[in-house]
Amino acid sequence: MSGLAKRSAKFAWPLALIAAAAVFPVVFPNPVVTNYGVFTLIFVIVASAWNVFSGYSGYISLGHAVFFGSGAYALGIAATDWHVTGTATFALLPLTAIVGALIAVPFGLVALRVRRHTFIVITIAVFFIFQLMAYNFSFTGGSIGVSSPFLPWQAATYNNPFYYIALGCAVGTIAVAWLIRRSRFGLQLRAIRDDEDRARGLGVRAMRVKLTAFALSGAVTAVAGGVWFFYLTQVQPPSGFDPLFDLSVVLMAFLGGLGTVSGPILGALIIEPGQLYLTATFTNGYLSEILLGAVFLAVVLFMPRGIVPTGGEWVTRMRTRGRPAITPPAPVAADAETAEARQ
Amino acid sequence: MSVLLRTDGVHKSYGGVRALDGCTVEVGEGTVTGLIGPNGSGKTTLFNVITGYAKADSGEVYLADRRITNAAPDKVFALGIGRTFQLTRIFARLTVLENMLVASRHGRSAHRKQAMEQLEFVGIAGHHAALAGTLSYGQRKLLELAYVLVADPEVILLDEPAGGVNLSLVNHIGDRIRELNAAGKTFLIVEHNMEFVMGLCHQVTVLDSGSVVAAGPPDIIRTDRRVLDAYLGEDLDEDDGDPGEDA
Repeated sequence: MSGLAKRSAKFAWPLALIAAAAVFPVVFPNPVVTNYGVFTLIFVIVASAWNVFSGYSGYISLGHAVFFGSGAYALGIAATDWHVTGTATFALLPLTAIVGALIAVPFGLVALRVRRHTFIVITIAVFFIFQLMAYNFSFTGGSIGVSSPFLPWQAATYNNPFYYIALGCAVGTIAVAWLIRRSRFGLQLRAIRDDEDRARGLGVRAMRVKLTAFALSGAVTAVAGGVWFFYLTQVQPPSGFDPLFDLSVVLMAFLGGLGTVSGPILGALIIEPGQLYLTATFTNGYLSEILLGAVFLAVVLFMPRGIVPTGGEWVTRMRTRGRPAITPPAPVAADAETAEARQ
Repeated sequence: MSVLLRTDGVHKSYGGVRALDGCTVEVGEGTVTGLIGPNGSGKTTLFNVITGYAKADSGEVYLADRRITNAAPDKVFALGIGRTFQLTRIFARLTVLENMLVASRHGRSAHRKQAMEQLEFVGIAGHHAALAGTLSYGQRKLLELAYVLVADPEVILLDEPAGGVNLSLVNHIGDRIRELNAAGKTFLIVEHNMEFVMGLCHQVTVLDSGSVVAAGPPDIIRTDRRVLDAYLGEDLDEDDGDPGEDA
């Protein structure tokens, strides 16, 4: 296969998936189904954005709801204060990205000074600070929250514009995640994940790299929060700053494959519709949370690397029928000991 | 010969343990300098202080005439000092080629070519697509040397390059160091393999209890009484002989 043909084949699958996603509301116009689509795409955005920072760098954030909630509140407060109404409110979405990035910088400057478990604890602490602020500040509306401007759209097709906005954001986020993974910046993030001190010793400005990824991830998550808010028409402290939000996003990335581009997308496509279905089907509101925890346990125990990496290994093993996928190179000096042992 | 790397009276303590006690070491430009001493004498701590992994309590570190005391590791690397570790530290979940590209300072197309050349040089180019975590210990040593080289540092600090590897690989590593030194690279090498050090180094500095006890050419260090005392544990105070002429 020529290089051009290989490259075309490489992009064929993503293009086919985007085309399928684009015609989804046409094929399934039922608002109940498109509602699933909107929420799923919002979580595709969030899981991919989370993965750009946490998956690539290895810093597991349980505080991304800070950005999600802040994006929602920023959009609502800005629309109310500036008297922006109707579809013009969508023009405020870039503002949510700026708000997310601006919050991420001081948040990151504090949290990214520490690593591993301490980092996770700090992100949780910051999350609760933001939730408490949302409850107690007057401009956030206290426990009542903030409502979005009214949209005079037909009920039957109300979901569709949100679906396409979410799809556009999701495609953009995935493209950015893919480009970052292939870039020098992405390589530095993955080097930090493997051994941060060693990376610093090879010239990687670790704090700058981590903070940039954190701000980018926060900005995109805030945009997703803005879309989510506008879709639901209101935000309150427990919904905007929801502790289960972070657990769901982490589970999506772990289930699909942490640090891969496609893993978090797959995880979101499985987890979010599943959660929505369980919540809608069973009156016991906690069933989806119980199952969420059970799935988390199962993933950690039986598939710790996630579906995409594990599935990839299975496919390779089947293709090669147990033979090594790459022919081992001829022994060099480093292999001399092995070569000597063979003799 | 000018001095390229110099530590001047460096002190470093961990709690009550004095790891470096006024340590002054000089590395001449274009030389291979060995840093030897018994376990716990402060060799790796000195490496850590030079490369910014540990902060000196007092004293100074200079690269040429530039003061680099307590500079961050990334800055030290950018200034031209690369190092390897006693226990190899590679990026296990990156491929061998990706490991090389982390340290590269060149543009996208140039750095890939240069990285492959360095892998060819150390002899592991055939593994470039493999995950670094799948390499043998010896191959990891070579990879670590290669990815330090890819950024073309002025001074290369090697922490036990011959430790835990077989004889043929020791010779392979020694040959690569000689070639690089002939091309103008300066080395400071911590090593316990005396044959390796004496056969490779132009100068040898001996540390004991965080201080320099002797420094000079290998032939003189080999017979220095203080060096023998440091390794064999004899008490200098009980010795009435000449303490040595090359301090």
